[in-house]
Amino acid sequence: MKAKQKMTARQKARTLSALFFSFFKIGICTFGGGYAMIPLIQKEAGEKRGWITDGDMLEILAVAESTPGPIAINSATFIGERVAGFWGAFCATLGVSLPSFLILLLLSHVLALYQHLKPVRYAFFGIRSGVLALMVKALYSLYRQCPKDLFSILLMIAVLLGAVAAHLFGFSVLYFLLGAALFGLCYAFIRAKRGKI
Amino acid sequence: MIYLTLFLTFFKIGICTFGGGYAMIPLIESEVLAHGWMSAEQLIDFIAVSESTPGPFAVNISTYIGSICGGIPGALCATLGVILPSFLIILIVAKFLKKFKESLAVKGVMSGLKPAVVALIGAAILSVANTVFFAGTPNLSVFTTAAFYVSLALFALSVFAAFKKLHPILIIALCAVGGIGAGYALDLPL
Repeated sequence: MKAKQKMTARQKARTLSALFFSFFKIGICTFGGGYAMIPLIQKEAGEKRGWITDGDMLEILAVAESTPGPIAINSATFIGERVAGFWGAFCATLGVSLPSFLILLLLSHVLALYQHLKPVRYAFFGIRSGVLALMVKALYSLYRQCPKDLFSILLMIAVLLGAVAAHLFGFSVLYFLLGAALFGLCYAFIRAKRGKI
Repeated sequence: MIYLTLFLTFFKIGICTFGGGYAMIPLIESEVLAHGWMSAEQLIDFIAVSESTPGPFAVNISTYIGSICGGIPGALCATLGVILPSFLIILIVAKFLKKFKESLAVKGVMSGLKPAVVALIGAAILSVANTVFFAGTPNLSVFTTAAFYVSLALFALSVFAAFKKLHPILIIALCAVGGIGAGYALDLPL
C-alpha cells in the first residue's frame, strides 16, 4: 500500500477529491453492499488509482471482517486512511455513504406516498417471501464459513435458544453477541495457556 | 428526544455488527421492534427496499428507518450512528495493524462471534418466517388461506433461485410480480 507521503496542499486536495469520487462511484454502483463491493473496490482503488494491491485487498477484508461495522464502511475508511490519513478516511467514507443516503431519503418519501395502494401492497406481500429466502441463503453461506468444532457448535445452539427466548420475552439480542465474544476470548486464552495455540 | 435515540440505537447496532449486511438484520429487528418504531411486517419491507437499492445495506436501512422516524435529521442521526463506530475503530486499527492481526484476543473474540452471528441470523429467520407465514401469531387457521400457500410457493421458488445464484434484486423483483399477480388473481385480502 502506498505509504503516506508528504504532499503539497494542492496534491492533498486532489487526492481527497479522488478518494471521495472513487468511493461515491463504488457506493452508487453496488447493490447489496459488503462483499458485492469488493470487485469494484479492486478495480477503482487498485487498477485505476493504484492505491492498493490485490494483497492489500485481502488484508483489508480480513480487518473489515474482524472489526465491528459494515464491511463497505470499514474498507472505505481503511483505504482512505492509508492513502491520505484522517481526512482521506473521512472523504472515502462520506463518498461511499452519500449516494445511499440521498437515494433512500428520497425513496422513503416516495414510498410513503404509494405504500397504501393495492398493487404496492400486493408487491410487498410477495417480496416478503423473497426476503426470507435471501436470509436463508445468507445463513447457509455464513454457516459454511463458520468453524464447526465442538465449541462453535455448542455456542451456536446456546445463542440460537437464547435469541428465540429474547424474541419471545422481548429483550435485546445484543447481549448474546457480547457474551459470545467474551466466551471466545476466555476460550482462546485457556487454550493458549495449555499450549494448544 | 427521537434524534438522540436514533443515533444511540444505530450506534449500538453499528458497533455490534460483524460481517456484512445480513449480520445486521437480527440486531435491527431486535432494537427497532423494541422501540416500536414499526411493525415486523413493515420492517421486512424496509429490508427488501434496502436490499434492492445501491450502496451498503447498513447505510440504506439506517437512512430509511431514520427518515421515517425523524425526517431528514432523523436519517442523518441514524446513518451517522451506524457509520461512526466503524469509522473510529478502523482509524485506530489501521495504526496498529500488525499487532491487531496477530492478537490472540482478536482471534478469540472472533471465534466466539462467528457462531453467534450464524445463530442470530437463524433466530431472525424464524421470526421473519413467523411474520411472513403466520402474520406474527402462529395459528392453524392460516393453513386454510390462499395467502399462506402463495407465500410458501414464492418462498420455495426464491430459495431455489437464490441457490442458483440469481441476483437478489432479480429475486425481489420476481416476488413483487408474483405477489401482484397472485394477489389480483386470487383476490387475496390485505
